[in-house]
Amino acid sequence: MTDMRSSHSQTATAPSGTWRITRLDTVSRVALAAFGVIVVLLAFLPFVFAAPAQNVMTSIFLLVAMASMWNLLAGYAGLVSFGQQAFVGVGAYCLLVLVRAGLDPYLAVPLAALASFLIAIPLSYGLFRTRGAYFAIATWVVAETFRLLVITVPALGGGEGATLPATGYDPVTRTALTYWTALVVALTSLAGIWLLLRSRLGLDAAAVRDDEHAAFALGVSSDRARRIPYLVSAAGFGAVGAVLFLSNLRVEPASIFSVNYSANAFFMALIGGVGTIEGPILGALVFYGLQFYLSSLGSWYLVILGLLAIVVMLVIPEGIWGWASRRTGAVLFPIGYRLRPGRRPPAAKDGENR
Amino acid sequence: MNWLQAIIQGILVGGQYALFAAGLSLMFGVMRIVNLAHGGLAIVGAYLCSVAMVGLGLPAPLAILLALIVMGGVGYALQRFLLDRTMGSGEFVTPLVTFALAIVIANLLFELFTSDVRSLQVGGLGTASLTITGSISVGLIAVIVFVLAVAILGGVQLFLNRTSLGRVVRATADDGATVRLMGVNHRVVFQTVTAFALVTATIAGIAFGIQSSFDPNTGTVLLLFAFETVVIGGLGSLWGTLVGGVVLGVSQTLAAQVDVQYALLAGHLVFLVFLFVRPRGIFPGTWQG
Repeated sequence: MTDMRSSHSQTATAPSGTWRITRLDTVSRVALAAFGVIVVLLAFLPFVFAAPAQNVMTSIFLLVAMASMWNLLAGYAGLVSFGQQAFVGVGAYCLLVLVRAGLDPYLAVPLAALASFLIAIPLSYGLFRTRGAYFAIATWVVAETFRLLVITVPALGGGEGATLPATGYDPVTRTALTYWTALVVALTSLAGIWLLLRSRLGLDAAAVRDDEHAAFALGVSSDRARRIPYLVSAAGFGAVGAVLFLSNLRVEPASIFSVNYSANAFFMALIGGVGTIEGPILGALVFYGLQFYLSSLGSWYLVILGLLAIVVMLVIPEGIWGWASRRTGAVLFPIGYRLRPGRRPPAAKDGENR
Repeated sequence: MNWLQAIIQGILVGGQYALFAAGLSLMFGVMRIVNLAHGGLAIVGAYLCSVAMVGLGLPAPLAILLALIVMGGVGYALQRFLLDRTMGSGEFVTPLVTFALAIVIANLLFELFTSDVRSLQVGGLGTASLTITGSISVGLIAVIVFVLAVAILGGVQLFLNRTSLGRVVRATADDGATVRLMGVNHRVVFQTVTAFALVTATIAGIAFGIQSSFDPNTGTVLLLFAFETVVIGGLGSLWGTLVGGVVLGVSQTLAAQVDVQYALLAGHLVFLVFLFVRPRGIFPGTWQG
């Protein structure tokens, strides 16, 4: 994307003793505490609200997971993919196979994610030979190939698709369990991305994203720095696909391998802010809101969303959160370090060092 | 069915794919732009032609001409008002903007024309066939499209290599900043190239609409074909594009001999094999025009 900030700058040239280097500041501490409270409240939601509200939240969790996982690729690893629906489909069909084999559907979700991860390994060796927009379209071809392959397998329902076998759970329990699974998928995605980006690998990925040749000169393997985020993103989309199947109870090749999953993830990440952790969460909420209010418009909705994405890209390419963060200096989930005066918590102004 | 006939048909289809890919390749060569709306815009051209024929009652040649002129104008406007703004701002902005545009186009077509499949009816020409030997015959329109594709690719090659304007285009592709110092308005070059790319895409889109059928989502399929053609052929030359199209077309028609549902799959698999084994295509090398 444009405006790729140099994450993780760590300049400690000030006199020692009066300055310190920290990740968290007051804003991020409060944000993390508030986030923890919200998560606890969300965990209890199925005991208070009925199925319709739970289904809404399940959709939002899956949107957050997809937007974040797409952002991990585009915002941090410098890989734009229009083919993440390949893993949505792989996840859903793996769940089908595992449940048919007698496995509990909720235990099958992590295995579906693992399957996506494993399938992504050989794919990455071919796909990483392409760069930029060519990578984006090559991933799309892979997704189409998977769709066409599934159609040729009658055991998977061919082009018609398949229905989830009876799971032994009553509808109320099933809705709640699906809700919790979606919550776990979203939280695991966010936590995984945060931890990944705080690690050495996050630094490598950001370096490769910003300048591949300079990173290479410093001994950073660009393929490795890209591969891990790519595989993690595949696993995330795989988990989302499995939960989508649990939620819809039906899977069809044409819709589960639809490019709209990548398009929507891209729109959410872009509108919220690519290259930030907070952006895709905000983007997912905005996206769901738009979807809710514009659902009566049918396909016009995607027309409006596409035009909105183009305008955002031209006018505020850093997205809503990126723009707000630059203005206020607030970072809720910091992955970089900042230099601060020693004693009292400062009013953060420097939005550059994230 | 007949394997030889399948190969001949595949070669002819390949010409059509090369025509789709030529605009994509040209825009990438000159401006480093990958236009993901290329397939969608080709289908817009086909819809325009269809509306002109069915809605306005124009005869086919006039409708085709109208569609070509309109799409040339669309290409000019696209470059001037959208792509010129995105080109300077990072390598990912243009693909993302054109991808969003592709989504907008597909859904707009869906709202305007529903998902009903349609095709372009051009009378006897659409169904006429040439008999080569007793058992092998090919569609006349497929032959015409192939000849047209070769002529256009050859014409572009000659234009780029032999004319002064072509030299300006190549120079702009090599070093836009220096060309500007020489007093060339590079933006006019860009607008002309995009307009031309969309005209060729529209020719291919209309040819596709005559021989086959299309719906609002066909643009996606065509974009992937064009992209695969470029990668298989290599970014070396426009003739490489033709070879790439033929490889893709023949693998599809041969697979269709086994079972029609394998046609698209075989094309994609051949592409993936190239990606793993020979990622720079059959004719590797930098783009020279």
